[in-house]
Amino acid sequence: MTADTPLLSVRGISKRYGARTGCADVSFDLWPSEVMGIVGESGSGKSTLLNCLAGHLAPDTGAILYDTRAEGPRDLVTMAEPERRMLARTDLAFVHQNPRDGLRMGVSAGGNVGERLMATGARHYGRIRAAAIDWLGRVEIAADRVDDPPRAFSGGMQQRLQLARNLVTGPRLVFMDEPTGGLDVSVQARLLDLLRGLVRQMGLSAVIVTHDLAVVRLLADRLMVMQGGRVVESGLTDQVLDDPAHPYTQLLVSSVLQV
Amino acid sequence: MIEVAGVAKSFTVWNHGGAVIPVMRDACLTVRPGECVALTGASGSGKSTLMRMIWGNYRIDAGSVRVAGVEVAGAEPRTVIRLRRETMGYVSQFLRVVPRVPTLRVVAEPLLTLGVAPQTAEARAAGMLAAVNIPERLWALSPTTFSGGEQQRVNIARGFVHPWPVLLLDEPTASLDGANREAVLRLIEGAKARGAAILGIFHDEGARARVCDRAVDVRAFAPPAAA
Repeated sequence: MTADTPLLSVRGISKRYGARTGCADVSFDLWPSEVMGIVGESGSGKSTLLNCLAGHLAPDTGAILYDTRAEGPRDLVTMAEPERRMLARTDLAFVHQNPRDGLRMGVSAGGNVGERLMATGARHYGRIRAAAIDWLGRVEIAADRVDDPPRAFSGGMQQRLQLARNLVTGPRLVFMDEPTGGLDVSVQARLLDLLRGLVRQMGLSAVIVTHDLAVVRLLADRLMVMQGGRVVESGLTDQVLDDPAHPYTQLLVSSVLQV
Repeated sequence: MIEVAGVAKSFTVWNHGGAVIPVMRDACLTVRPGECVALTGASGSGKSTLMRMIWGNYRIDAGSVRVAGVEVAGAEPRTVIRLRRETMGYVSQFLRVVPRVPTLRVVAEPLLTLGVAPQTAEARAAGMLAAVNIPERLWALSPTTFSGGEQQRVNIARGFVHPWPVLLLDEPTASLDGANREAVLRLIEGAKARGAAILGIFHDEGARARVCDRAVDVRAFAPPAAA
């Protein structure tokens, strides 16, 4: 459990949109099996950062060192595109807030899961279908829905299908953008429970962007608070939430409605 | 097992113009294996604050907090995460769980995190729930629907499900009556007997007298301004 190399080592990542700051000089290490939350209001730069980490946006400066299985730490920013895309299909995963952005809505549920396997070289139809059904089961979707398109699924089921599609290749690092965002609270609870179980069983590391402090308290080991593109506070999740030091974090924590 | 030395803590409240409220200075205490130490002092004198500084969810301004030889103050998150997983258990006054997760799984979870096989973990969780008198028909339900006393006992079952060498207990017998209080006191005595270092807050004087070897009055750590 005491790996000496962080899975992800982020160094001085900055991204500007013209004169506007996306994120500025963000650095952190993420260790194997750690779940880190990033919170902040809209425009704080948390989604920009996540998209830089996941390779959807090119940062202006900085390095993102990922500890690859074969060659140890490699910079995702300067890595050649084909190699980066191969990593993105196998070792990395990205769960979008809106399942429509992460699923192919016209393709069957089984096809959605199988597609990622095929992209990594799987060819045997029977085995791909069996793996897809296995994964649908793990995200609590009945096997008899395997041929239905995600269009026919509820929002919560679509989000669970997106998880299955992402996790079928056994990634080590998952990026999540408001994964419980559009869901009813009861559906949210089920997804949270599922996510916690999968993180534990697969030893996953994850970076989760959300504005929901209750979600990070239950899901994340660590927390980073962003404001105006910068990280203003970070630490253990309960440390940041129970003993917030930065004015913005104090405002954020004290603004949560109690139920 | 627990060594607190020269610890100071203040809170800065930014929406009150950055007012700095000192809450503790030069706090020192030691808890040895097999020993149960009570924190005493009036409500608001800093008992829970001191406990949270040991658990690591409160930061400190000065001094040192060592648990099983590991410095908690200023430690990297992963150091504290590992300490909490393997070494230090905490029964807080609040039960924080994912809604809709069955009670049995809530109690088994620390064991699953340690890599214990699910069946073994659930069997041990069941044993703990029985020990604190939670009826079996409730085990499949989420504890969020339980009464205060039942939630407290689920919290205790979870806090004792693994033989952590260090235990922090914040009012473990609060809101418990007769037989349930007795069950919890037996668990504490059992943990002492196996050599756990225990730090506890007990408003219940009878309970304190029975399980604690000595008391540390946190009013001795009050900063001059607040004294």
